[in-house]
Amino acid sequence: MSRAEPGAAAAPVAARPPRAAWRLSLFRNEITTVFRRWRTLALLGVLAAVPLLVGIAVKIETSDGGGSFGTGDGGEGPAFVSQITNNGLFLVFASLAATLPFFLPMAIGVIAGDSVAGEAGSGTLRYLLVAPAGRTRLLLAKFASTMVFCLAATLVVACSALLAGAVLFPLGDVTLISGTTVSFGEGLLRGVAVAGVVAASLIGVAALGLFVSTLTGSGIAAMATTVGLLITVQILDQFPQLHAIQPYLFPHYWLSFSDLLREPVYWDQIGRNLGLQGLYAAVFGSAAWARFTSKDVLA
Amino acid sequence: MTEPDAVTDMATEAGTVTDTDTDTMTESEPEPEPVIETRGLTKRYRGGQLAVDGLDLVVPRGSVFGFLGPNGSGKTTTIRMLMGLIEPTSGQARVLGEPMPRAGGRVLPRVGALIEGPALYGFLSGRDNLVRYDAADPTADPRTRAARVASALDRVGLAGAAGKKARAYSLGMKQRLGLAAALLQPRDLLVLDEPTNGLDPQGMREIRALVRGLAAEGTTVFLSSHLLDEIEQVCSHAAVMARGRLLTQGTVADLASSTRGRLAVTTPDTADAVRVLKEHGVNDLVVADDRVTGELPTAAPPPDLADLNAALVRADVRVRAFGTERVSLEDAFVALTGEGFDVAG
Repeated sequence: MSRAEPGAAAAPVAARPPRAAWRLSLFRNEITTVFRRWRTLALLGVLAAVPLLVGIAVKIETSDGGGSFGTGDGGEGPAFVSQITNNGLFLVFASLAATLPFFLPMAIGVIAGDSVAGEAGSGTLRYLLVAPAGRTRLLLAKFASTMVFCLAATLVVACSALLAGAVLFPLGDVTLISGTTVSFGEGLLRGVAVAGVVAASLIGVAALGLFVSTLTGSGIAAMATTVGLLITVQILDQFPQLHAIQPYLFPHYWLSFSDLLREPVYWDQIGRNLGLQGLYAAVFGSAAWARFTSKDVLA
Repeated sequence: MTEPDAVTDMATEAGTVTDTDTDTMTESEPEPEPVIETRGLTKRYRGGQLAVDGLDLVVPRGSVFGFLGPNGSGKTTTIRMLMGLIEPTSGQARVLGEPMPRAGGRVLPRVGALIEGPALYGFLSGRDNLVRYDAADPTADPRTRAARVASALDRVGLAGAAGKKARAYSLGMKQRLGLAAALLQPRDLLVLDEPTNGLDPQGMREIRALVRGLAAEGTTVFLSSHLLDEIEQVCSHAAVMARGRLLTQGTVADLASSTRGRLAVTTPDTADAVRVLKEHGVNDLVVADDRVTGELPTAAPPPDLADLNAALVRADVRVRAFGTERVSLEDAFVALTGEGFDVAG
């Protein structure tokens, strides 16, 4: 007769326990949502166009100039450009070297900056939070989807460059920076490794953008701030007087990916680059978490 | 207790429990725990502005609770604190028996909310908007997601427009989609902030019917609205806020009756009527055409209206109609919050 739980007449909705696999729905949905935005596709389109332009420019330049792009000509073009006419695979390295200082991190800055601030601005953040997405889980989903975008953006540049290189130039054995020649297959593998390192180089910007994104309720402001910071840091990295702080600037070791094209590979700078990106991810990731989990959502 | 013991063994579990259920309920059923309970809930924004000041709110289980107050009175801030979106400066809030915002992960899957209007992804279809909100709930089974979304869309009458991009929706359609998001799962509590905003009269009727239906199923509905008519039509309980403080809360009937109706007498002999009524302590007498209205005296034993009428007739006042005016919630509301139109700063 004695009943443990009172008021079972108006039966409450059975508490549904969350399941580990169900928690991943948000991650999947976050990624598809990012890639269904017209803006994302436009950014990827611009990134895909860069290697095509570089390839066509090189093709035009060499078809009438009689191969004056050769080594030892004195005129130092951007990295790897001189090799493109010999081997289309070098268009991949040249394009990554051309987009890494600005185009790629700018695209990441747009996606990362908008990630939380854009949701706050449109008011959808409050509905995600009462769903309840959970603040930590939502932030992790945002960071993960930005990482996926980093990889996708890098791969778009690399694949577009490979395609353009294959169509416009001959492919063949690859002569590395150190002078050693390796097979095309190994060259391609090194290309994949380069793309991986370039994508990982963008983690720092992504973490910084995510942190900025938790500070404001305006997606545009967060994007502009992130891209502004990127430009500022890039400029600071140019002044020799600031050499003391430069090893701590996230773009400082970016172009070290070319060390993968040596035989043997120089790991020193690449390791520093990855360590620095990890440091940025840890510092700004924690800052973003501290800010986002304690902030009042008023939008 | 002479319950029929002839019930078969089969029924020992289920049968006896239901039989004795009603008895225990009436005998010693403890007051069911309120769905929302706040103690001294206070929010002071960083600028120093006190948005909510020592709120003690109790929303009983199973009620349709109207949350009233002028613009800027702190209603939305209260709702945001209840939903764990903002941290209270001091005081406690319990929702479904658990502390907020700490227990949000357990509480919020059982709560559907529409806060300050719908917010949608314009580049996604109506259906994909709901899919996204459903995916954000870690207690939602992905295998039944499509069915849940379809039935929520159907429930708010959007099944036909589910494939359209949300940016092409009208305000009323967006409002419906927001409601659909709140109805993705069976809920114990629905928090609806201005749910009929932007809807056409037909849509308002549908929403009211929906709220009544949900309440009949046992869902507690916490409804904030400016439309007092609406509150009066659907709510069993109400609370009134102004300038961050709770002015009153209780059943709608009590609230309306707390403001006493004015006595109204229709008569051609208005001058005599005023004189007689004044002698019997009726204040604030106003004459308009053949109608005399006034405040009934607030003295301890209120006068019997029959005596008043008899007195009028004895004084040769010809009475065409006699009675107290019905008090609407609007009158009660204005009496509580004042007539001022200015938004509280």
